[in-house]
Amino acid sequence: MKLNTNSNAYIIIYSAILVVIVAFLLAFVYQALKPMQDANVALDVKKQILYSLNIRDLDGSEAEAKYAEVVKQEAEKDGQKYYLCEINGEDILVVSLKGMGLWGGISGFISIHGDDTPTVYGAYFNHESETAGLGAEIKDSQAWQEKFIGKKVFVDDSNTHEVALSVVKKVEDPTTQVDCVTGATLTSNGVDDMIKTCLKDAGKNAVELFSVMMCTPEPADSTAVEPKAEEE
Amino acid sequence: MALFSKQNKEVFTNPLNLDHPILGQVLGICSALAVTSQLKPAIVMGLAVTVITAFANVIISIIRNTIPNRIRIVVQLVVVAALVTIVSQILKAFAYDVSVQLSVYVGLIITNCILMGRLEAFAMQNKPWPSFLDGVGNGLGYAMILVIVGAVREILGRGSLLGFQIIPDACYDFGYMNNGMMTMPAMALILVGCVIWVHRAYFYKEK
Repeated sequence: MKLNTNSNAYIIIYSAILVVIVAFLLAFVYQALKPMQDANVALDVKKQILYSLNIRDLDGSEAEAKYAEVVKQEAEKDGQKYYLCEINGEDILVVSLKGMGLWGGISGFISIHGDDTPTVYGAYFNHESETAGLGAEIKDSQAWQEKFIGKKVFVDDSNTHEVALSVVKKVEDPTTQVDCVTGATLTSNGVDDMIKTCLKDAGKNAVELFSVMMCTPEPADSTAVEPKAEEE
Repeated sequence: MALFSKQNKEVFTNPLNLDHPILGQVLGICSALAVTSQLKPAIVMGLAVTVITAFANVIISIIRNTIPNRIRIVVQLVVVAALVTIVSQILKAFAYDVSVQLSVYVGLIITNCILMGRLEAFAMQNKPWPSFLDGVGNGLGYAMILVIVGAVREILGRGSLLGFQIIPDACYDFGYMNNGMMTMPAMALILVGCVIWVHRAYFYKEK
């Protein structure tokens, strides 16, 4: 081989060929694996919804079956997804969350039950690029997610759907506040903001979408409650 | 062409002690600090770097004679980036949970100094098989330190290992507390410093 590998022509042709080969390879890999990846992502969303309903540790097919059994209705409004679920005859509303953490996007699902005083049934959070061991705890720490269970979502006697549920450094009101993650104040603030913005209209939207009661300002209206009472 | 001649063995074992990428050459410190707050990501990261270093070494070694000298770093980078992207795509398709776990770290592998260092220093001059051994050796050397630092940080910082609680509740009742400092990257730097000190004092022999 007597090629001059330092000539400009060689360098240009070499890099062009290299780039074309790599581009073709990447495109091929991407196309070939796309269906499998999409299936994984779809399954992951279903798993996350189940996590937020405190149904954890399920394998792929089990999760699929459980999801079909639990989730009754799906709807979307203003870019947010709502899922009406039923566990042991009780209506539970799962709301999708989306917000910003410290380094990237965070998301999650929160499930709410109870008609006159909606409380958190379970929560699950996910993140794109929070620091492992610190911000990533919002996803990794089941114990932290379980702190949300039983917290009241809305401010009492509020006609504005003001969200009371919050993540704070110092818990003063244990009925609505959750202790933030140690060493991850900014990520925790992100979770706090996300909950506040995403749940603001959740009650109203839920009534519209599924005709279930969810902290509507007006009292009475017991149509949605009746079937539940029968089952019990 | 003995596959495990004396020379080849040295290529493999040197990075585990004398020419250790972290301890000897102090390369790859940045990612060693970032991913070692717990043991599990440390192990996964160590494995991923081992695999990618080994294969990048092989590929570069195969095409080493065709690479124009003036753009060799660019070519190396393209190979590494393509490899990392393919690995992350494959992980996403076949091991989704692991890929979610790795998330940011996969991207970090591209910028790992050990990779570029080995490509430039070894694969550019050597045949594919020794290059492969060199890549595996360096990857394992790197993984070794990540595991040591990750284990110490997780035990002292959280009282657990791989997520399982190690330090019994009784200790906490007596007033033992997890050291929050250990979860900070700064402590990883100090720990790596300690490991380098021990290594230099007891295992390292001047050539």
